[in-house]
Amino acid sequence: MLDVKNLTVTFNDDHPAEAVRGINLHMEDGETLGLVGESGSGKTVTAMTIAGLLANDSAEINGEVIFDGRDLLHCSCSEMRLVQGKDIGVIFQEPMTSLDPLMRIGHQIEETVRLHFKLKPEERRSMALEVMRLVGLPEPDLTYKKYPHQLSGGQRQRAMIAAAFINHPKLLILDEPTTALDVTVQAQILDVFRRLNEKCGVSLLFISHDLRVVRRVCKKVAVMYNGEIVEYGDTEDIFTNPQHEYTKQLIAAVSAGRRTHV
Amino acid sequence: MKKLKNSHRAPNYNLIWGCVITSIMVLMIVVSFFWTPFNPDAMSYAEKDLAPGGAHLLGTDNFGRDIFSRVMEGAGTTLSIAFCAVAIGASFGTVIGGLTGYFGGAWDEFIMRINDAVTAFPSILLALVIVTITGSGRTNIIFILGILFIPSFARVVRGEFAKQRQMDYVKNAKLMGVKPGRIMFVHILPNIAPVLLSAVAIGFNNAVLAEASMSYLGVGVSQTEAVSLGRMLLDSQAYWMTSPWQALSAGCAISILILGFALISEGLGTRPMWRPTTKRRRKQHA
Repeated sequence: MLDVKNLTVTFNDDHPAEAVRGINLHMEDGETLGLVGESGSGKTVTAMTIAGLLANDSAEINGEVIFDGRDLLHCSCSEMRLVQGKDIGVIFQEPMTSLDPLMRIGHQIEETVRLHFKLKPEERRSMALEVMRLVGLPEPDLTYKKYPHQLSGGQRQRAMIAAAFINHPKLLILDEPTTALDVTVQAQILDVFRRLNEKCGVSLLFISHDLRVVRRVCKKVAVMYNGEIVEYGDTEDIFTNPQHEYTKQLIAAVSAGRRTHV
Repeated sequence: MKKLKNSHRAPNYNLIWGCVITSIMVLMIVVSFFWTPFNPDAMSYAEKDLAPGGAHLLGTDNFGRDIFSRVMEGAGTTLSIAFCAVAIGASFGTVIGGLTGYFGGAWDEFIMRINDAVTAFPSILLALVIVTITGSGRTNIIFILGILFIPSFARVVRGEFAKQRQMDYVKNAKLMGVKPGRIMFVHILPNIAPVLLSAVAIGFNNAVLAEASMSYLGVGVSQTEAVSLGRMLLDSQAYWMTSPWQALSAGCAISILILGFALISEGLGTRPMWRPTTKRRRKQHA
């Protein structure tokens, strides 16, 4: 379904920098892939490129991103808009600031429906309520009319998920979706993702620096370091038997952290 | 913490008084459409130059016309010109500023330089130059002032759009594939409303002043067309020594109109009260 071939992204600032160097990724329908690495390893840039968010910036992109047989890197803006929000949903790191502060939650969730389908307001509303129930927003009828500042962080992130998922996309790109949340809420949100994957068959591309989080959700994992994928395979294999030195260090860091916590 | 909370809830006196003053003026103007104490144009030699008091609340002018009635009607003329001019300036300014601020690039630079060029001239001076070409009169004044107000609105709106463009919620909307027009006018515009409304209030001020000055200079509303506050000032200056209430009435009416709008703009500017994030942000700081 998603094939990333030899993707290279270079930023042409004063000091040209290769953020991503020739990476390859492959995802089947319903697959869950984790992309892990430290800050600056290029994981977010990879995701942004797949989502078509780097297209107009000062980045030079080479390689192929093939989604459902189409090369997204060669799509025009309007073609890209047809894919964004309909076939690919993206969720950001910051649920606190990613919602329009002056628009009701329900209307924000419906936003992509409005774009891709001609439906009556009541039909849109019922779609929104359904997806709100799916992601576990409490009292959908009431929450529909609320503004972002009336929701908690976890609820906002659920609203973001609802907005990204309302058209039942094939792929959800999650860029550190739980980093801004506290640990208990994190676990609940991860459950939402797992449920969407199992019940609705959506593929997840999960970007995180937190190995434990990735382990909970993803069957496969790709470890990025300095713009390259250094290790790629089944999550359990990599956790039990890491090959690359960097992966070993990452896992060791998590275990050490856990020990001190306990 | 407690102090912060209280200060947040303290009434916004600027806004309240601004609204009160402006409502009184607007009410007076609305009433003048149906009723004035006397016919504002009726002259009477017997009642010439009467001091304020008695039947004539603000006295009469050198033709024996009731000044209070004339102020009521004149304020209406002045305000309606200001309203139309601001409406033209604000709507075109918002569209131009929104487009340039949101998209940026070469067009942004180009249009902003034109903006600078227009702003570089004092607007009254420029208005006077245009009036000499087009001729005076109410409609002309409205269009001239409206066009001259476009740059100031465009500038304010452009800055805000450029700022909002970087916000996560706008990026997120783009990411969901929302079209630029909808992002600009459904998502961003409500979020800059406090700034825009403040600019509108200031715009009203400038428009009232500009109309008054132009009429005072004799290039505004013509004598036969309607009563306007600036026109009244012009007509009354010869009688300043004998009947100062004429000039004072018109002058005070202008001042009160402007005071109302200035207070509203101040009240809106100091506290963007309906921006829902404010409360939370304050709490976090505390």
